[in-house]
Parts: sequence; C-alpha cells; structure tokens
Amino acid sequence: MKNDVIIETRGLFKRYPLGEHTIVALNDISLHFSKSEFAGLVGPSGSGKTTLLNIIGSLDSPSEGSATVLGNQIESLSSRKAAELRNHHIGFIFQTFNLLPVYSVFENVEFPLLLLGLSADERKKMVFEALEWVNLADRAKSKPAQLSGGQSQRVAIARAIVKRPAIILADEPTANLDAENSHHILKTMVTLNKELGTTFLFSTHDAKVVQYLRRKISLIDGHVASDELCQPA
Amino acid sequence: MIIPRLALRNLLGAGIRTWLNVVVLSFAFVSIIWSQGLLEGMNKQAADAMIHMEYGNGQYWHANYDRYDPLTLEDAHGAIPPTLQILVDNGKATPILITFATMYPNGRLQTVLLKGIDPNQSVMGIPGEFLAKSDAAIPALIGARMAKNTGLKIGDIVTIQWRDVNGTYDAQEATIVQVMTTSVQSVDNGTIWLPLKKLQNMTGMIGQATIITLAKGVEPPATNDTWQFENLDCLLKDLRDMVKSKSIGSSIMYIILLLLAMLAIFDTQVLSIFRRRKEMGTLMALGLTRVKVIQLFTLEGALHSVLAVLVGALYGTPLLALFAKVGWSLPENTDSYGFAIGDKLFPSYSLGLVVTTTILVMIVTTIVSFLPARRIAKLKPTEALRGRMA
Repeated sequence: MKNDVIIETRGLFKRYPLGEHTIVALNDISLHFSKSEFAGLVGPSGSGKTTLLNIIGSLDSPSEGSATVLGNQIESLSSRKAAELRNHHIGFIFQTFNLLPVYSVFENVEFPLLLLGLSADERKKMVFEALEWVNLADRAKSKPAQLSGGQSQRVAIARAIVKRPAIILADEPTANLDAENSHHILKTMVTLNKELGTTFLFSTHDAKVVQYLRRKISLIDGHVASDELCQPA
Repeated sequence: MIIPRLALRNLLGAGIRTWLNVVVLSFAFVSIIWSQGLLEGMNKQAADAMIHMEYGNGQYWHANYDRYDPLTLEDAHGAIPPTLQILVDNGKATPILITFATMYPNGRLQTVLLKGIDPNQSVMGIPGEFLAKSDAAIPALIGARMAKNTGLKIGDIVTIQWRDVNGTYDAQEATIVQVMTTSVQSVDNGTIWLPLKKLQNMTGMIGQATIITLAKGVEPPATNDTWQFENLDCLLKDLRDMVKSKSIGSSIMYIILLLLAMLAIFDTQVLSIFRRRKEMGTLMALGLTRVKVIQLFTLEGALHSVLAVLVGALYGTPLLALFAKVGWSLPENTDSYGFAIGDKLFPSYSLGLVVTTTILVMIVTTIVSFLPARRIAKLKPTEALRGRMA
C-alpha cells in the first residue's frame, strides 16, 4: 500500500441471503483510494454502490475479503471501534439528508463535535466555520423542517465536514435536489476537497455528479466494470 | 454527560408528544399518592381515634380476659396491683371493670357489656363527666349506634340484669344520662358505660378491674402474672389487618394507574423504535455506539418520569394539600366498613409514600423504556438507515 492510500479493498465480497437464494451485492472488489481523491462509484440501482460505501464507512462488514480504512481492518472491528472510526475520521452525506428533526441547524452540525467531547467555545467556532462554508450561518437557529432540500443537504455537508474528517462518504447526495441546487452542492464539495484535502467518495448514478468527478469507478452487478480518471467540468 | 444532554434535548424537542406523556404519567403519579394517602389517612385516623377513646398507650388485661369471648368475663377480674394503683391514683392510668349483662329496651331483650369507668378519668376519651354529675341511681352512658339500635335516648330508663361475683342474678333500672357520638365502634355497640364504683358495688367486685388503660406517654411498669400488658401493636392488629385487606383493592387501582401510564411510555418508545429507526441509524453513522443509543433512548423514556414528578408536584402539591385539609365526606353507611374514621376522611401523605411512589414510577418507567430500546442493539446501522425518517 502506498503511503497516501487511505482506503483499500481486496477481493471484497458481500452476499445477502434472500429466501433460499443468495444475492451477491459485491463480487471481488479490489480498489484503493488516496488522500484528497474526489471519486465516485457509478452504476445503476443494485450495482453495489451503497453496499461498498457502507463497508468503507464501517457501517457494514464484508462477507469475504478485506477492507482497510485508515489502517483499520473493517471486517475485524468491534462495533465500538467502528463507531470510534466513524466518529473521528468519516463524515456521511445521505440522499435523504438525515438531519435530526428536533435539533436546530446549529445543533445538527454540532452533534459530531459533541461526540468528540470538544468544549462549547470550540464547538461554536467550528460549527459557524462549517456553516460559513455552506453559506448557511444565518440559518443556524432554523429547524430542518424550515429548510429547502438544497439547504438541508448543505447542512448535512456542514455536519459531515465540521469535524474535518479524512474521508467523506456521500450516498446519492443530489438525488433529491434540482439541477441548480445539485451544482451548488457539488461546487461546495469541490471547494472543500481542495481547501481541506478531504477525500470524497460518492455513490451516484446522476450525470450532474459524474461531471465533477476526477475518478469514476463503474460498478455493474457488484463488480468493477471500469476505473478511470476523468477531467472534471 | 453527552447522553443526558442529548436525551433532554430530544425530549424537549419532541414537543407535544413529550408533554402528553408527561401529563398522563404525572396524573398517574398524583393519583397513586392520593389513593395511597387515603389508605394511610384511614389507617392513621382510625388508629388515632382508637388510641384516644380506648387504648391510650396500651392496656393491662386480666390474665383470664379474652376480648373475643364474653364468657371469659365471669372470671376476668381482679384487684389492681400496687404498681398500677399508683398510676391510677396519679391519673396516669384508669381501670375498667367489664361484666356481661342483659338489658330490656322497650320490652326487647339484648345482651350487653357493662363497663365501669371512673367518671373523672381523663385517660380515655369517654365523656365520664355525664356520669359524675347525674343523680340517677344507676347513670348510664351509651353511644349513638347503641342508642339507634335499641331506640334509647337521653332520660330513658332501661332495665338491666347481671350476675354478681357469687353468680347471683340481680336487676335494676338504669337511666340514660348521655348519648355520645364516637367513631370507635368498640366503645359504642353493645356497651353501657357506668360509674366504676357503682358497677363494682353491683357485682360485688370491690376494688377490682378487668382492664387498666395507660395514659398516652406513660411507660408500662412491670407487674405480676395476673396482669398482662398489651401494647398498641397488639391492640391495633385487627385494625391494621383490616386496612391491609382493604389495601388490596387500592393496590389494584395503583397497578391499573401505573399500567396506564406505562402503556403511554411504552407506546411512545415502541413508536420511537419504528418511527425513528433512520434517526438511530444516523446517530450510529455519526459515531454513537449501540450501547450509547440504547442509553439515549432509555434515558429519554426515563426522563418522562422526572418531568412527570416535577409537573405532578406543580399541580399535585396544592391539590393534595387542599384535599388533606378539607377531607373527603364519607357516606352514612361508612360505619359498616368497620373503621373508626368518622364522617370525613383526611388523607395522609407521608414522606415515605411520596419517595416510594417517585422511585417506583421512575424505576418502572426506566424498565419500560429500556425494553423496546434494547431492540436497537440487534439493529445494524445499515438496517436502521433504511428505515423511515420521523
């Protein structure tokens, strides 16, 4: 493994039982990702994009093979260690935003910092910094229900980036957004990737996302069909 | 400290859902204290009345006396021992002579207990002064229940027949000088109170007694084997057993109220599991461990009880205090319950009752909150993330 490789999968399989049959979601996936990459897993529904993202994010474990994230063997992590890895090093952005409905924008973005045990002053400073990045500092007191889809996703980005993780995993981040909001969000992510050096890994089948990627990995029926570098738009 | 902070934030953030549960739980909490307070009040009121009217600080019984067997009265009398006589002379104890008799009110026959008491004593609440100031040959004092049952009233003359110490029957007319009102049935029903010396003369049991009652606060001295001391625990045993039997009904109400409140909490928690699955998945994705998620949801449920105690205290304290002051008017047939509680029942809320109920409500709420939260432990983060968002 090269020094700047932070994610590596080797012969990764993921199988799900379905009645008497077994579904193979991932079929012998071997990939590696370096620091500061802006890469995407592209493919139709059911191609295994989200499953691979979940394993890399230590939310799931492989049936076979290995996945190493920042030196941690995902398949052998305890649930506590996996939570610790996510807490310190991985940020998630979900298709449906997954903001905590009873919390304000500030509290949603603050949440990961609370888990890290930072002081109130530090938290406040970092939350507003993250909200400035996504241009939502003026909506800090709003509740998620008062935000548009684009604004909600920007809050989710701020929540993912606020703790300055090494990796951000974004699962179909633009699926619920219109074209204008999608481009706005993606530009924000590109800026954060450049300024903070955070590795972004997307799962998407949205052409708008694909045009921003610097590396495109096509998945079909659980295996890698192609892995190519791209020239972003 | 993050879990309590998050739990409180979630709880308050849930708005009306939280407050509905809190109000239901606080209602159960206040109702439990109220119903148990009624029972404690009943116990205390009855015990106080019996101590005041009859038991004082305990009684010395003649060795042959059995309060459940009137036939023992024939032999249940004796001279007052010197140690007790000193107390009697100092007004710290009072002797009672009891004998079996027959009375003939309005031509009917009725068996009664004749009880002789010093008209000037102040150890018991029996109004002996009416016996002292009467000029009648045999002045008699009866209770209101006795008067009602026999049709006797003040000034009536009734024939009574008794056996003296030698077994000889004698009869004479007694005059009802007063009808006393008391909640204590054992000094009323089937009892005629006469001046002690008069009864001793009538029966030939001069200087003798069946029972010697100690005044409140007087320690029982040692005495001979002929006299046995019965403390308040023994004397009030029947009452307490009766309260215990009545408390079964109250316990059922207690359990129903608690179950209703717990159902609300359990329902909320179960709903949380299904409606907030995606939220749980998100929390796990953000780095919260499964154990912490369980702690969070359990504490969220348990905090309902803390809020309920606070809300309950807010409206329950003045309400229960007012109720304890004004009391609860009892229906006329309450006498048939067998309790000496008069026409009004005043609830009594001890610190123990409040603390026990608070702890019980909190423990049960925590358990009820934990049970559905435990299911989260079996949920994978990816499964939780697939759930619907609340």
